[in-house]
Amino acid sequence: MSQHDNSYAAVMARSNEIMKASVGMDYDDYVISPIAFDYERMMRDTGYTHAEIVKIQSETKVGNTPLFELKRLTEAVRKISEPGKGARILLKDEAANASGSFKARRAALSVFEAARKGFKGVVAATSGNYGAAVASQANQRDLKCIVIQEVFDSRGVGQPEIIEKGRKCEAYGAEVIKLTVGPELFYIHLLTLEQTGFFNASLYTPFGIRGVETLGTEIAEEVRIRYGKDPDAVIITHAGGGNLTGTARGLLAAGADKTRIVACSVDLSGLHMASDTDFNKKSFTTGHTGFGVPFATWPDRADVPRNAARSMRYMDEYQLVTQGEVFFVTELLTKLEGIERGPAGNTSLTAAITMARQMDRDQIVVVQETEYTGAGKHHNSQLSFARENGIKVYVGDPAENVPGKTIVLPERLDQVRGKAQDLESLKLSYLRNAARRHPVQAWTDADISFLAQDIKSTPEWVRANLPTD
Amino acid sequence: MAKIEKGSWVEIKQVVLQPEERARNLPEDTKQTPYVMRMSGFLTADAELGDTVTIRSLIGREHEGTLVTLNPSYSHSFGPTMAELLHIGIDEEAK
Repeated sequence: MSQHDNSYAAVMARSNEIMKASVGMDYDDYVISPIAFDYERMMRDTGYTHAEIVKIQSETKVGNTPLFELKRLTEAVRKISEPGKGARILLKDEAANASGSFKARRAALSVFEAARKGFKGVVAATSGNYGAAVASQANQRDLKCIVIQEVFDSRGVGQPEIIEKGRKCEAYGAEVIKLTVGPELFYIHLLTLEQTGFFNASLYTPFGIRGVETLGTEIAEEVRIRYGKDPDAVIITHAGGGNLTGTARGLLAAGADKTRIVACSVDLSGLHMASDTDFNKKSFTTGHTGFGVPFATWPDRADVPRNAARSMRYMDEYQLVTQGEVFFVTELLTKLEGIERGPAGNTSLTAAITMARQMDRDQIVVVQETEYTGAGKHHNSQLSFARENGIKVYVGDPAENVPGKTIVLPERLDQVRGKAQDLESLKLSYLRNAARRHPVQAWTDADISFLAQDIKSTPEWVRANLPTD
Repeated sequence: MAKIEKGSWVEIKQVVLQPEERARNLPEDTKQTPYVMRMSGFLTADAELGDTVTIRSLIGREHEGTLVTLNPSYSHSFGPTMAELLHIGIDEEAK
């Protein structure tokens, strides 16, 4: 096919070569089989030391964010906990990064790498905070920026939060390509990369993930200095897996290998992520199970050939929370702790309430991010938009939350319970996904070893649980 | 229709893929709709709403599409007050 055939099929067929040129690395170098690859070598080959990443980020207003102890919220949790329970809750205020979220860490290293390699601009395909993060970093490195967003349904109506994120990208001077609902965003992404020759600042390259490692090391180091121990648990909002992977790797690099890594997503089960009608029925655009579960059970579905974000390698637990619980906790953070932060960033804070209740008083649970707030990115915006779109919003028992139909705000803190996602079933699902890509009969010892590591398990467990069809 | 001057900040719309050209495995509702792009930029020549035009984006790239809006703006807000939120954290039972 000619380079000028820009039809959907032709561009998708050129996917591999476009990727190779736009990330400046050849994923084929790391491939072991259709499912296995040398993950650690790929991460090492980014070539940056921890100290270099810290320096690069500090040049562009990223990192070294405050770690707050949430004293009144901790007290409130202790009041509803059994005697001796109620861990101390700490909050890493990532909203303090340039552009207002932890995504600046991912963007900082990608954009630095793009500049170092001589690219004239960067492209990011995202409807999340990452777009603004890349745009903000691109400004500081004098690169051009294009952000490709899924913004509206076929009526032209967009979620207030996504509209706000588009506004912020444009405010930074980025070109924002706004699209209707559908996976064909990837086609536009490829076409844009090909037409511009810009760097693919994907969320899922090794640079994007290594940039988050500083978040994990900052937490480990600061908790040690202030409390003389490692955090007992770190709760991480989970969608594509980069936040969890990078933070966990950073904690491990700092030697905090006993800290429990807890994923948390908003439960949006039942809503289809590529559905035009479901699109505006969800009040969370990321950090939800619609990304969290598929990316945990098969990471290699991203916009790069091999995903550097591999959450199951590091995850010890997975908590689910409802939309109503997150909005309740967002309001409570404002009223008790005197800081307003965006609801999506408070997903892990919501799970922290449940976790802290079960943990001892002398333990420490860290919520590792916040995000900026404002018009559109606010729980009042989200709830009023939900009501306009036919969602029933009321105060009651959060167990009555049904994604796409109801949002129930808890009456009291002790109703914020969340629920645990069964990790074993996710691991089995991961193995079935691996079998779909490479038949079990063809799995070698190297494959099994890779799969075991990729889900924090053992080769024996994988062999005992081989998919049968 | 009123003429819109070259250099104005405008929004264009373009059908990227017709329903039959779209990816396979889409949910039924999405399958019925075309894949549409919107983008803002500076108009490169005088035109009227509905015309096929070219815009120059904030980074200087040119894109073609149907002119749909003059001076596209952001009007997203905090929305009508949700009184349910106001009770949280002030009533003793909500703490």
